[in-house]
Amino acid sequence: MHESGCAAFAPFAESWKTQMRYVKPESFEAASAVLVAEQGIARILTGGTDVLVMLKAEVVEPDLMVDIKHLPGMRDIVSEDGGYRIGAAVSSAQLGEHAGVKAMWPGVVEGAELIGSTQVQNRATMVGNLCTASPAADSVPALVTANAMARVHGPDGARDVPVVDIPIAPGKTSLLKGEFISSIYLPARPDHAADAYLRFIPRTEMDIAVSSAAVSLELDASGTVTAACVALGAVAPTVRLVPDAGAALIGTKLDAAAIAGLVAAAEAACSPITDKRGTIEFRTKTAGVLAKRAAHIAYSRAGGKT
Amino acid sequence: MALDHQAKRDFKVVGTRVARPDGIDKVTGKAAYGADITAPGMLFGRILRSPHAHARIKSIDVSEAAKAPGVKAVVTSADLASPDDEYYADIRDNCLAREKVLYDGHAVAAVAATSKAAAKAAIRLIKVDYEILPHVTDVDEAMKPDAPVVQEGRALENVPAGMSQNVTSHFEFGHGDLDAGFAKADKIIERTFKTAATHQGYIEPQACMASLGTDGRGEVWCCTQGQYMVRANCAEVLGIEASQLRVISSEIGGGFGGKTTTFIEPVALALSRKSGKPVKIVMTREEVLRATGPTVSTSMDIKIGMTNEGRITAARGELRYQGGAFPCGTVEFGAQAAFAAYDLEAVQTLGWNVMTNRPKEIAYRAPGAPTSIYAVESVVDELCQELGLDPLDVRLLNAARKGTLSAYGPTFNEIGLVATLEAAKAHPHYNAPLGPNQGRGLSCGFWFNFGGNTCVSLNINDDGTIGVVEGNPDIGGSRASISMMAAEELGVPYDKVRTVIADTTSLGFNDVTDGSRVTFAVGLATIKAARAAIQEMCKRVAKIWGIDEDAVLWEDGFAKPSGPNAGTHPPMSLAEIAAIAGNTGGPIAGHHEVNADGAGVSFGVHLVDTEVDPETGATKILRYTIFQDAGKAVHPDYVEGQMQGGAVQGIGWALNEEYIYGEDGRLQNAGFLDYRIPVASDLPSIETVILEIPNPGHPYGVRGVGETPIVPPLAAISNAVSRAAGVRMTELPMSPPRLLKAMSA
Amino acid sequence: MKMIPVETMINGDRTEFLCNSDESLLDVLRDRLGLTGAKEGCGTGDCGACSVTLNGRLVCSCLVLGVEVDGAEVETIEGMADGETLHPLQRIFIEEAALQCGICTPGILIAAKSLLEKNPDPTDTEVRYWLAGNLCRCTGYDKIIKAVQKAAAEMRAA
Repeated sequence: MHESGCAAFAPFAESWKTQMRYVKPESFEAASAVLVAEQGIARILTGGTDVLVMLKAEVVEPDLMVDIKHLPGMRDIVSEDGGYRIGAAVSSAQLGEHAGVKAMWPGVVEGAELIGSTQVQNRATMVGNLCTASPAADSVPALVTANAMARVHGPDGARDVPVVDIPIAPGKTSLLKGEFISSIYLPARPDHAADAYLRFIPRTEMDIAVSSAAVSLELDASGTVTAACVALGAVAPTVRLVPDAGAALIGTKLDAAAIAGLVAAAEAACSPITDKRGTIEFRTKTAGVLAKRAAHIAYSRAGGKT
Repeated sequence: MALDHQAKRDFKVVGTRVARPDGIDKVTGKAAYGADITAPGMLFGRILRSPHAHARIKSIDVSEAAKAPGVKAVVTSADLASPDDEYYADIRDNCLAREKVLYDGHAVAAVAATSKAAAKAAIRLIKVDYEILPHVTDVDEAMKPDAPVVQEGRALENVPAGMSQNVTSHFEFGHGDLDAGFAKADKIIERTFKTAATHQGYIEPQACMASLGTDGRGEVWCCTQGQYMVRANCAEVLGIEASQLRVISSEIGGGFGGKTTTFIEPVALALSRKSGKPVKIVMTREEVLRATGPTVSTSMDIKIGMTNEGRITAARGELRYQGGAFPCGTVEFGAQAAFAAYDLEAVQTLGWNVMTNRPKEIAYRAPGAPTSIYAVESVVDELCQELGLDPLDVRLLNAARKGTLSAYGPTFNEIGLVATLEAAKAHPHYNAPLGPNQGRGLSCGFWFNFGGNTCVSLNINDDGTIGVVEGNPDIGGSRASISMMAAEELGVPYDKVRTVIADTTSLGFNDVTDGSRVTFAVGLATIKAARAAIQEMCKRVAKIWGIDEDAVLWEDGFAKPSGPNAGTHPPMSLAEIAAIAGNTGGPIAGHHEVNADGAGVSFGVHLVDTEVDPETGATKILRYTIFQDAGKAVHPDYVEGQMQGGAVQGIGWALNEEYIYGEDGRLQNAGFLDYRIPVASDLPSIETVILEIPNPGHPYGVRGVGETPIVPPLAAISNAVSRAAGVRMTELPMSPPRLLKAMSA
Repeated sequence: MKMIPVETMINGDRTEFLCNSDESLLDVLRDRLGLTGAKEGCGTGDCGACSVTLNGRLVCSCLVLGVEVDGAEVETIEGMADGETLHPLQRIFIEEAALQCGICTPGILIAAKSLLEKNPDPTDTEVRYWLAGNLCRCTGYDKIIKAVQKAAAEMRAA
């Protein structure tokens, strides 16, 4: 790890120089240690597509930037117990190029691949998107409906945390000082199962989601829904898992009543704000519409026929 | 200069699609734009901006900043001159606030330092003591008598008593008997419209490098639409002689009117004078959106009466435009353009210019017209819907033609409106089938176009190549068109001509590149300069041949005897004449200086098909066709490019672009993330149909084309959406939340 | 903090530079290496005018730190032509008038080249979505899409 030995200039006189330290720790332990030791503001660098924007806007001025992309496994997608372990530095584009993940969890991949532009997708990571903790994060709703698990490294070693428990407020995660996520685990799928993610944006690309919905379904051989998970984005301070919305679909083949129940439950679960991107009523209404549309897509992907 | 009797001639170069001269530099990254320059010893400038929409500056303490490491100069408004002329005083006050900050982002002070980091640190050491004042950002609110006053004593005498001091000017014009006209109407529709402010959205932020010595001699490199305007502004704002200031225009990464004024150049010069070093300032995107010149935002009332057969009997428009924290005159253009497409017996337009605590407005492609024409074309369309009439037929029935007394005063010469309407009617797009949730809309558009002060110098080089020197930055490919016109006139191949854009020391004054004036006015001056050079070459040849000057004519690049009486002389080529110029009297050149008039108006019609998602209010553009009169398309690719580019800006204006101010008067969306301009995937292919109804005021019939295309999309899309979604939107942009709300009502 | 030494490959040439930890790759290219072809239109990854490729991947250089390219390969617009010979995309952009002011052109050329390397026969929709992160304000995109398709056809035939 590179440590610069600065001469003892007075702090005032240092102002003409950049203050941020950039480090590339050689192990998970070293990374945790440097984060724990930092008295000032520390930021983690994987894709950089959020943190560099904040740097430029002078919203955050880190004293320490910890680059973890090169740590073991960070850039890898590995089969594990029928599912996939995805390193925290895997970019959205890389994820989308993995035929296995795409086939098993198309909704998760959709969410990751909608972040920003082609340029951004070549750098952005699901983990970075998750840890930035924007209420509108595109990768999060489908990770939640997939019951994805985040592997968290810290000073006391590693622990697994459901992704839904990571964001706790806009811009805040449940991670403690010294902790960072090294991978996401997507579990195996039974037959006749699929997910989908949709978001509403005013243009066709490049916007932050005004509202979003992810739906994950499992069907039996006859096409009846046996398990359903619905999560909404951008309609609450953090991603909103809506058990009632999923429940409305169970035992059905997505008939009109089931869909109506889904939409009602989705709308009821929203507590959005009105801001420069959308109004409360618009977000609520479209969240229900997207949940409905995502349910149809997931159903059809899972082999269901309406 | 009148249309040549040769206007119907077979052009050899004009009208073809030649390669542009700056193409290779631009595709290889070599072209030098505003921010691409450095100089030895250069300092980095950075500006401190107000975080308040309206506040009195009680004091500014720069002492700490001045002492900070790396800082070589700090300036405030006190370092600028005090121009007597109100126009320049406003520019000075906008560059650096004097007694009050008038909008969120208003520049207050600036530093120049040896590194970007040092400048950034130093800015934070400047202490400004603000007394926050109440602010107003909405145009209608700002007109109310009890509104916070942005500036005192700026209203002209023609503003009625009792209005807020924010109302700075008012006018009305029209002709005919309005009451009688409305009495004749079978249907009258009256509507109020509101539009949000938008930004030109040029991808290149303002950037400059300036150098000013204590002897008053200086140099500025900047991206601008007018180096002479920069010179004039900087001279006045700094109190120096214009002739001592050399302004060089870089390649420009988009302007659209937004770079026809100065924001950072005077500040950079002031910093350079104080520090003794060149100072470079580059704006960030956030600064561009917060603190350059967006458009007006508007509130408009339109009332139109129509007979059952579709004849407009009377029309009235009242337009209220806010132009930010300084007086602006844009409503006059808007009012003049509003009804320009129509032959009206009775018409009246009133306009109000209003100040608010927002950045000072500047031009954006046909300033004032997109919004007023949006309102008028929406009401005309609604009348067509109510009366069950075809919207194109109604336009044709009422269209202005040659001889029409326009709503804004002049009588039209030859114009192309009817031709564009007829082309639209005949086009397959007009009758193509539509599916569910789909609708078709159309709108006319118009812009006056301008001539203006223009100087061109044309030199015949000794190797027979041609150098054209002109003073208007190239924002759309004009160098190619100018070279084409010179080549056409001289009868030489296009690739023998090189057109360069001179700095301010090389030519007399040139008005900015705006008003769609360059191909028209610079072209006209180039043709005249070429003819002057031709006259000189003929004179030289006449001497060689020992005949009268008027016995020599110029044809296809050669001097020839004009007839058998002139004797037998083998023709002399331009290259041959040029090679011996030194022996016949010296180098040969032609030049022309003019305040060009005779610009031709350009009419256009846009047809658009939209599909509206009934559950989300999202609008998709399915098909778009543009019809426009170019007079004479010198380079058809660039005419098409103007049509397509302007239309897409209008699409953004209609659907998603808007300035969003919070209750605190601060701009909430100062970035390309939330100031949403169209991206490639938002759009279909855009078809263009160029009509050519020659402008009698130009030797080749050229009309400016750059501005008209931004005008029709606003109403065309609104009209299409009204038919696709069954709701008529009277507020722009028609963003999905607004549209969905209207559809659910 | 002292500046950090970086060793990298730019347009096929070994390049060394020193930069501050918080400088973006765009800052380094423009301010330290004289490679001003990449432009700053927004600094926040929303406009694509700064596009380069990093280890063969299309990225916004304003979203990459200078220090991150140590040991990597960067390609910029300055490396697109081969000496005197323009890349077909460059030549066809000029021929088809796919640029007006040209400020977005370097970014779009780099992005289009990256697309055609990955997908030599894209549909218009695929081209438009790939280029959604490259803003152009002058052209309305129409001639750009046509030029990319024309270049793609020529490159497929070669």
